[in-house]
Amino acid sequence: MIYVDNAATTRLSDVALKAMMPYFQEHYGNPSSLYAFGQQAKTDLDRARADIAATMNARPEEIFFTSGGSESDNWAIRGVARLMELKKKPGRHIITSSIEHHAIMHTLQDMEKEGYEVTWLPVDRYGRVDPAAVREAIRPDTILITIMAANNEIGTIEPVAEIGAIAREAGVLFHTDAVQAVGHIPVDVEAWKCDLMSFSAHKFHGPRGVGALYVRKSLRLPPLVAGGGQEKGRRSGTENVAGVIGMAAALTEVVKKMPEENRRQAALRDRIIEGLTKLPYTRLTGDPVNRLPGTASFVFEGAEGEALLLHLDAKGICGSSGSACSSASLDPSHVLLNIGLPHEVAHGSLRISLSDNNTEEDVDVILKEVPLAVDYLRKMSPVWDEAAQKPVWEM
Amino acid sequence: MLYSDKVMDHFEHPRNVGVIENADGVGQVGNPKCGDIMKMYLKIDDGIITDVKFKTFGCGSAIATSSMATEMIMGKSVEDALKLTNAAVAEALDGLPGYKMHCSVLAEEAIKAALGDYYRRRGEPVPPECVLPCEDEDHHHGACSCGSCGD
Repeated sequence: MIYVDNAATTRLSDVALKAMMPYFQEHYGNPSSLYAFGQQAKTDLDRARADIAATMNARPEEIFFTSGGSESDNWAIRGVARLMELKKKPGRHIITSSIEHHAIMHTLQDMEKEGYEVTWLPVDRYGRVDPAAVREAIRPDTILITIMAANNEIGTIEPVAEIGAIAREAGVLFHTDAVQAVGHIPVDVEAWKCDLMSFSAHKFHGPRGVGALYVRKSLRLPPLVAGGGQEKGRRSGTENVAGVIGMAAALTEVVKKMPEENRRQAALRDRIIEGLTKLPYTRLTGDPVNRLPGTASFVFEGAEGEALLLHLDAKGICGSSGSACSSASLDPSHVLLNIGLPHEVAHGSLRISLSDNNTEEDVDVILKEVPLAVDYLRKMSPVWDEAAQKPVWEM
Repeated sequence: MLYSDKVMDHFEHPRNVGVIENADGVGQVGNPKCGDIMKMYLKIDDGIITDVKFKTFGCGSAIATSSMATEMIMGKSVEDALKLTNAAVAEALDGLPGYKMHCSVLAEEAIKAALGDYYRRRGEPVPPECVLPCEDEDHHHGACSCGSCGD
């Protein structure tokens, strides 16, 4: 099997698994318990917190563990809104981009119904947010700017440091959904000037069901989950000690290997991009320069994405698509539409996302099988002109 | 698995893919915006469908339903083919996920569009079941009834 859907989830690393194992049956104490057995778990949890903080130039006390990226995103947005209510600051305006992950998009859509006003900034054809547009969108009642660090579907890296500087200067809180960035590119909360940052362990070879929200020390973010007062009262629920230990072990390892892995994966990615964009009516989606080292994403006109995935699956290749038909939604992804692709083109998308487990041989197979599958589907299509090698959308 | 073995079989080994030159009836339904387009070609001799071919742009279930629909009408009389329902196509495939049922609707409509074309070419009245909402002029301007797009 060639697994190239690492933006969806990754294989747990050996290091992470080994680090986690003792916490299931040996060190299973509750970190909130007073006895030494519990307190040892607390000590280990806090060591993991410090290890994670160190990879992103944060302080340990600024890392709050959650169940993952979606919870972190929900908490950041809902928390800031609640904080402003508590402070009796009347602002109800939030700035975001039009290509955010659903965890951000759906939270903000819910809040629009609750009376918040959201500015959905457009992106350019590469999926980049213009920092100047962020500056222009800021109003006296703006309470939060939330822009992702890197896009999950097209791999575009956003100018977060510039946006962070603008937010700081304007005195507006800045959150970034860094789920696709942490463990993949260098992350520095000070350089990015973010006040809040979400990330998730399973995107960098850690376990599912655990993530964190970075919360700048000066910010008293109210909790989303109330209960026993864990995480200094900010996020209740008995700590997922094994998960946190696994997250720290995985992150420490990927960050150590990052300079070398970024170079290696970018070379594989560029081979895929070079090979597949030779096909007629095929485009790279996302920013050709500012993109995640492991993500190559395309649209093939005249070949439908879900059918393409099924053919690749039959050849043992696991990829992903933002095509309508690959999800229950029946609409192509908002990301592909908002970078300006017409519906009919957005239906033919393919995302290949690499990890340190992928090899040159994997790329050889991808470069052989993807063109075969695309060609096969186009030949079956009533809107592909075989002689001219082009789609005939107008009917 | 998202799809039944039968759907996967018809997706991986679709029957009757292609074009019939000098077809007696041709029908095309769906639109590129929705992401599914089916085109059916019929050869009809003495009221019997003697050959059928299709071309489809769309997802796995769109291809599988096209393939199954062609098998179900091959050798049938025009009158019997007119009775083909999307539910029968879906059932013959051992079912489809709920949100993929629109693919079977398209398959039924593609057959009926091709049959309608057959009647039209012969100068005969087109049976009411062949008049499809997707043939409306409005189709390309947003009022789509294919069920697969938001219009």
